Amino acid sequence: PPAHSHSDWIGPPDKLSNLRPVIFYVPPEESALERRLREARQEAQASNQRFWARHNRAFRQEKEEFIYSRLKAKGLEMRDESGQKATLNAEEMADFYRDFLRKNLKKHLQYNRDWYKQNFRITFLMGQVALVRALRWLRRRKKNVGQ
Amino acid sequence: GLFVWRLSTTGARQIPCRFVHLYHVASNRLITFQYFNFLKRMYVTQCNKDLSQRAKPKSDSIVSPFHELQQLDQEKKVVHKISSVSPVHQSWSEMSSRNELREMKSAAETEDSVLPGGAEFKEDRQWKEMKLQLDDLPGILARLSKIKLTALVVSTASAGFAMAPVPFELTCFLLASLGTGLASCAANSINQFFEVPFDSNMNRTKNRPLVRGQISPLLAVCFAASCGIPGIALLTLGVNPLTGALGAFNIFLYTCCYTPMKRMSIANTWVGAVVGAIPPVMGWTAATGSLDAGALLLGGILYSWQFPHFNALSWGLREDYSRGGYCMMSVTHPGLCRRVALRHCLALIGLSAVAPVLNITTWTFPVISLPINLYISYLGFRFYRDADRSSSRKLFFCSLWHLPMLLLVMFTCKKSVLEKEDKGELRGGSHEMAMEIRLP
Repeated sequence: PPAHSHSDWIGPPDKLSNLRPVIFYVPPEESALERRLREARQEAQASNQRFWARHNRAFRQEKEEFIYSRLKAKGLEMRDESGQKATLNAEEMADFYRDFLRKNLKKHLQYNRDWYKQNFRITFLMGQVALVRALRWLRRRKKNVGQ
Repeated sequence: GLFVWRLSTTGARQIPCRFVHLYHVASNRLITFQYFNFLKRMYVTQCNKDLSQRAKPKSDSIVSPFHELQQLDQEKKVVHKISSVSPVHQSWSEMSSRNELREMKSAAETEDSVLPGGAEFKEDRQWKEMKLQLDDLPGILARLSKIKLTALVVSTASAGFAMAPVPFELTCFLLASLGTGLASCAANSINQFFEVPFDSNMNRTKNRPLVRGQISPLLAVCFAASCGIPGIALLTLGVNPLTGALGAFNIFLYTCCYTPMKRMSIANTWVGAVVGAIPPVMGWTAATGSLDAGALLLGGILYSWQFPHFNALSWGLREDYSRGGYCMMSVTHPGLCRRVALRHCLALIGLSAVAPVLNITTWTFPVISLPINLYISYLGFRFYRDADRSSSRKLFFCSLWHLPMLLLVMFTCKKSVLEKEDKGELRGGSHEMAMEIRLP
């Protein structure tokens, strides 16, 4: 992001986690409340990134292993004559999808709880910051009008 | 919502239901037909995008946004044409969510970027300033509130209103539609607010406003509150408290039950079906002020419809659901998924036959609707037996035109209010005479 910018910048989705990274702007006179908000957002971003990168990598890996083991059981190679990667059809993959979901259910339940907590906390802090800013703006206007 | 092709719940369900409700049936059949075709094309594009995700995601994203741009242009033209003739409502029900709101909606959601393929692709790869652009705000809010799905939900509510056996009151009708629409916008926004990291990871929903950072979560919540509170107030004070209560309950059911449940248990599909069934009930209670058998029957028809719609849709999204951690029947209990879809196709036949018994329609309704109900049941049976992508797609696309057609036929077979009043008077008259004779 350009040096003169006063706002946050959001980037393209990450290759591993599919989440969009945000570069947070730190204003020179950042209040304690604003700092708490920024830190909460940074922490949430980091933990979400970690979770999804790890989860997606595991998915891809386990999917490859599953395809490999199934193909081997059928007596086929990973790549056929034309060099194309061999894939299984949807019905065969269904077993993998079901097992993967079941295996990760507990992990997801924990993540859901954390995500909801993060989301509410960040949004609440945003509300507080917005309220403080609005009051400050109103006070400044009253002062200007008074003058 | 998934995307809900039906709203989806997380987008979930992305099952769009196309329903055009016309008041002047004869003159509007042509427009209906054109509109259906348009919607079908729109859905095919969307579905192709979803179902072919296993191929090359990149090329998909280049192709479909361009198609979508064309579709949307056509859509605008069609909408103008229809509105000049008579009030036309499209109901889009998402199965998962309120079935309007449910994931089914996700299917129905066609919220992806409108820019032509090349431009969108490039934009996606750039860093963007997270500042709210006021010119983009209407578009952003439209996508946040899943405006198309909302339009479909309002259509089903209008259908409920139209089928109620009372004289038609325009102001009540408009207030009920507006209130339902606002409530739906609120619920959809909260749904997206809850599902940001999950939406980012699914192809159908990765271009939503909160995912792309076009709007802050605070603003999304404020928007939801500013739609939901006036919407429910409008329903409670402007229509009747029962409708308001149903609206508030539906918002709660969708945001606080269906959305979290999507990631916890497959029971979410049934909850979502209820969410989808409530709007027509709301339409009916708005007109009559009471929850009678007719309302429940209409709700029942929409409830049953959700299952073939959503289950067929979710069949093609199993990979995304599995990776995203969504508990859907198609992933965990595929046999049950197909059985339930077939069961509810058959239930539709039964429910259509109950309508004349409850004096909502004449006996021509079950007769005329039998062909379309049998056809969807046949596709449901094929899906049950074959369990492959082509049968699931056929069932899904059939459900898209099946519901609008069914509701349309129901409306044309509606038992006239005058007819019922006459019969009532006669019966009442003969009763009085009988009473007089008995009295000394």
